Amino acid sequence: MSSQSDIADATAVLDAEAGPLKPKPEPFVSTTNACKLCKPLGATLVFKGIEGGVPYLHGSQGCATYMRRYIISHFREPMDIASSSLGEKQAIYGGGPNLKKGLLTVMDKYGAGMIGVATTCLTETIGDDVPGILMEFRREFADLGVAPVVNVSTPSYSGTHMEGFTAAVRAVADQLATADAKTAAVNCFPGFVSCEDIRHLKDVFASFGLTATILPDYSETLDGPAVEDYEKIPSGGTPVKAIKAMGAAPATFEFGRTLSEPGEAATAGGLLASRFGVPLKRLGLPIGLRETDAFFKSLESVSCKPTPRRRALERGRLLDAFVDGHKYVSQKRCVIYGEEDLIVGLTSFMAEIGVIPVLVAGGGRSGRLEKAVRAACEGLVPEMPEVAEGVDFYDIADRARELAPDFFLGHSKGYRLAREMNVPLVRVGFPIHDRFGGQRLRHLCYQGAQELLDRVVNAMIETKQTGSDIGYGYI
Amino acid sequence: MSDIIFEERKDQIHVKGEGPFKLACNRDSLAGAVSQRACVFCGSRVVLYPIADALHLVHGPIGCAAYTWDIRGALSSGPELHRLSFSTDLQETDVIFGGEKKLYAALTELIDRHQPKAAFVYSTCIVGIIGDDLAAVCKKVSAEKGIPVIPVQSEGFKGNKREGYLAACKAMFTLMGTGDTSDISPISLNILGDFNLAGEIWIIREYFERMGIQVVANITGDGRVGDIARAHGAALNVVQCSGSTMDLAKMMKDAYGTPVVKVSYFGIEDMAEALYAVARFFKDKDPDMLARTQALVKEELAVLYPKLSQFRKDLEGKKAAIYVGGAFKAFSLIKAFRHLGMSVAIAGSQTGTPEDYEELASICDPGTIIIDDANPLELSHYLKEKDVDIFVGGVKERPIAFKLGVGFCDHNHERKEALEGFVGMYNFALEVHRTVMSPVWRFVPRRAGKALAESLDDLPKECAL
Ligand code: SF4
Ligand code: SF4
Repeated sequence: MSSQSDIADATAVLDAEAGPLKPKPEPFVSTTNACKLCKPLGATLVFKGIEGGVPYLHGSQGCATYMRRYIISHFREPMDIASSSLGEKQAIYGGGPNLKKGLLTVMDKYGAGMIGVATTCLTETIGDDVPGILMEFRREFADLGVAPVVNVSTPSYSGTHMEGFTAAVRAVADQLATADAKTAAVNCFPGFVSCEDIRHLKDVFASFGLTATILPDYSETLDGPAVEDYEKIPSGGTPVKAIKAMGAAPATFEFGRTLSEPGEAATAGGLLASRFGVPLKRLGLPIGLRETDAFFKSLESVSCKPTPRRRALERGRLLDAFVDGHKYVSQKRCVIYGEEDLIVGLTSFMAEIGVIPVLVAGGGRSGRLEKAVRAACEGLVPEMPEVAEGVDFYDIADRARELAPDFFLGHSKGYRLAREMNVPLVRVGFPIHDRFGGQRLRHLCYQGAQELLDRVVNAMIETKQTGSDIGYGYI
Repeated sequence: MSDIIFEERKDQIHVKGEGPFKLACNRDSLAGAVSQRACVFCGSRVVLYPIADALHLVHGPIGCAAYTWDIRGALSSGPELHRLSFSTDLQETDVIFGGEKKLYAALTELIDRHQPKAAFVYSTCIVGIIGDDLAAVCKKVSAEKGIPVIPVQSEGFKGNKREGYLAACKAMFTLMGTGDTSDISPISLNILGDFNLAGEIWIIREYFERMGIQVVANITGDGRVGDIARAHGAALNVVQCSGSTMDLAKMMKDAYGTPVVKVSYFGIEDMAEALYAVARFFKDKDPDMLARTQALVKEELAVLYPKLSQFRKDLEGKKAAIYVGGAFKAFSLIKAFRHLGMSVAIAGSQTGTPEDYEELASICDPGTIIIDDANPLELSHYLKEKDVDIFVGGVKERPIAFKLGVGFCDHNHERKEALEGFVGMYNFALEVHRTVMSPVWRFVPRRAGKALAESLDDLPKECAL
C-alpha cells in the first residue's frame, strides 16, 4: 500500500467525477444505493463451488439469511448458508462455542465434505480468533474424522464482495493445496463468472486436451438439473482432492486485471507460485477478442497444441459478426459499472467493437481500475473513459445524466437509472434479479463475446425500432 | 421422527393429534441449522421502510443496507424516498475510532439533499458492539435540522424479527402526539400492520371509505410522517394480525386510550369479518354503517364467488404447505385454502408465539405438521412426506419447493401481487391455480419418476433390436 499513489488515485477519481467543467464537489460521506455487496457474500459463493461444500457464516443469523435471499434471487437455486446464529450473549462473551456447535450440526445433518467459514463484521469486531477456535475444534473432535474446514476473514468494513471472493479462493488454496499428489490438471481461478462461463471454460480447456481444476466451480451447485430428490448438498463443485493437488499442477490460470500484482502471494495463483513454484499465467477475464486471444495463446503454450479448428471457427464467426454489427454500435456511448475485473473486460470488449465507454464505475477500491481501463482502451477509443472507483449509484447517476449514454452495461441494480434516462440496460454480472437466466449468461471466450455482441447490437436495434414513429419491421 | 430433525429442535415440531399440543418457540436459532429467519434489523426495516417521506439510514457496514435496497413491494402514492438505500458504509477506521462522526456527517448530508420529513437511523450488529451513541447523534441532528431524527435500536444479534418490530414501534411512537388532530372525524381509524405491498392498503382504504370512515394514518404502507404524528387523534386502531404493529397499538392504548381491533385482510371470512368488526365498533356513532358494510361485502362476493368456483373445480382435494414469517398469516391462509377445496398439511412460521401456535393448532386438521423456525432440511423432508401440491412462503423457500416439483406461491414482503381484500383472494386463487395446474410438474423427475414406476408394466415386452 503506497499512500502516495492512493492519494494520486483518489484525486484522479475526484477529478474524473467532477467532469471537465464543474468545480470539484465535496466527497460524499454517505452511500446511496451501493454498487457493491459485502465481503462474506463473495466467500460464500466460493465455498458453494467446492464439492460437498457448505458455506458457513460466523456471525448473527441475519447476515446469512440476507445473503441467501440475495443469491437465490439471482441463481434461483437453493443456497444454504449455515450460521453461528450469535445472540447477545455470544456477542459479548465470544462466539467460539456456537461456532463449534454449528460446525458439528452441519457435519452431522448435511454430511458436509468441506465447510467454509467466513467471518462477518460482528465476529471480526468482537475479535473472535477463528483459526484458533478451529484448531481447538479439530483437536477436540479428531476422533470423529471431521471434514476439512477452511476459514477466511471477511470483515465488510474493509472491502467488497469481490475482495471476499478473492480472499476465499486464496484461503482455500492456502489451507488445502499441497504438492504431494501427482496431477496433470492445470489450475484455473476464473473469478466471479457465471455458471455457463464455468461450463464453457471446461470445454475450452478440454478442447486443448487439458483438464482444469476450476475453483470455484458452482456451475452445478448453483445451476443444477432437476433431480429426483432434494439434495442437501447439490452435486458438483471442485473436488477437494483436486484442490489438494493444486500445488503440483503444471500451471495456473488466474483471471483479473485488478488483482494484486502477480508477484505477490495475495491471490491464490500468486500463493501457489511462490509456495510450490506452479507457473502462473495471469490474464484478464477473457472477454472480447483480444483478451480471449491472449488466453488462447497461453493455452497453446501450456498444452503445446494449436487452437483447435472448432475454436478458430468461433473466432472467425465472431470477427464476421464484428463487421456485420459494427454500424449499429459504432460510436454509441455506454456506461459500464459493476465488479472491477468484469468491467475491465467489458470495457475492453466495447472498445473493440467501436462503442465508446464514457464512464467505467465500480464500488470497489482496488486502486488498479483506472490503469486497467486505460490499457483496455488504448488505441481504440477517441477519448479515454472516465473511471470512478468506490462509487455508489448516486455518484454514477450524477455523472451518467451529464454524459447521456446510449446504453448501460451492468447488473440489475442500474435499472432504475436506465429507466429514468430511458435508455436500455444490457444486463451482465451479479445480481440479475429482474430477468430470467442470469446464471446462464455467457461472457467468456469467443462464444461469450458473440452472445454479448448479439445482445448489445439487438438492444440498439430494438431502441431504434421502438423509438421510430412507424415501427420499422425491417432494420 | 426422521434423522433430518435436529435433536434440539424436536420440541419445535408438532403433529396435530399426536399427544397434547405443546410447541417450543421464540428461541434463538440453532447454530449451524440453516434457519430461514432474519434479524432484529430486518424486523424494524420491514415495518418502518414503507414510510415514504422519511429518510432511512442504515448505520453499519454496507451489506445490511445493500441487501435491503428496494427488495420489497411497498408502494407509495407520492414520495419514494423509501426505495433508496442509504448507508454509512462503515470502514475499518470507523470501527476502530467509532462511527459517530461519520453518522453525523452522513445524516446532515442526506437531510440537506433530500429534505425528508423525518429520519430513521437503524443500528446494526456492529454498531451495538462499537457502542456508538446513536441517540445523542440523532438528537443533535434533530435540533439542527428541525425534523425528528429517530434512532432505531435494531442491532441484529439482539434477538429475531420480533424484537425488530418492537424497536420499530417504539421509534414510531416517538412521532405520535405531535401532529394537529383538529380535523379528524369521530368516525376514523388508523390502519396498522399493512405495508401496501402491490397497493394492498389502497384496496383496504377504499373499503373503509365506502363504509364512511376517515382513514387517518397508514401504518406503514404508503405511510407519511405527518399522518403518523397525528394518528393518536383517530377513534380506532385496526391492527392487521401480523403481530408487527401490535406493540404500537398497545402503546397508543396506554397513552391515548385508542381502542384496538385485530383483523386480517386475507381470505373471504377474515376480510369480511375485518369490515364487520369495524362497523360494529362504530355502530353507535353511525347506525347505518353495518347495513352499508353488509351491502359492500355482498357486492364484492357476488363478483368473487363465481370466479372462485371455477378454480375450485380443479383444486378440490389438493394439499398445501405454509411457511411464513408471522403465524397470523397462516390462519387466514388455511381458511383461504379451504375455500378452494384444499387442505393444509404443514403450517409453520419464523416467529410465532405460544398463543399463535395454540390458535394455529386449533384450526388445523389432524395430522398437520406445525413447525417453528424451520430450515431447508426439515421443510424439504415434510414437503415430501406430505406430498403437497403447493407451498406458500418467501424467496428462500421457493427453490426448495421447485426442486421437489411442488408449486409455489410467494406470500411475503417481496410479492408484487395484491393478495389482500376480496380482489386479493381472487389473485391468490388465480396464482394457486396457475402453479398447481401447470403441466411442468408432470415432467419433474420426482413426479415423473413415480409415473414411470406406475407405468413400468406398459413397457414393451420385446425389443426390436
Ligand atoms: S454485518 Fe457485515 S457481514 Fe453482515 S450483512 Fe452487514 S455488512 Fe454483511
Ligand atoms: S449485521 Fe446484524 S443487523 Fe446487519 S444483517 Fe447481519 S444480523 Fe442483521
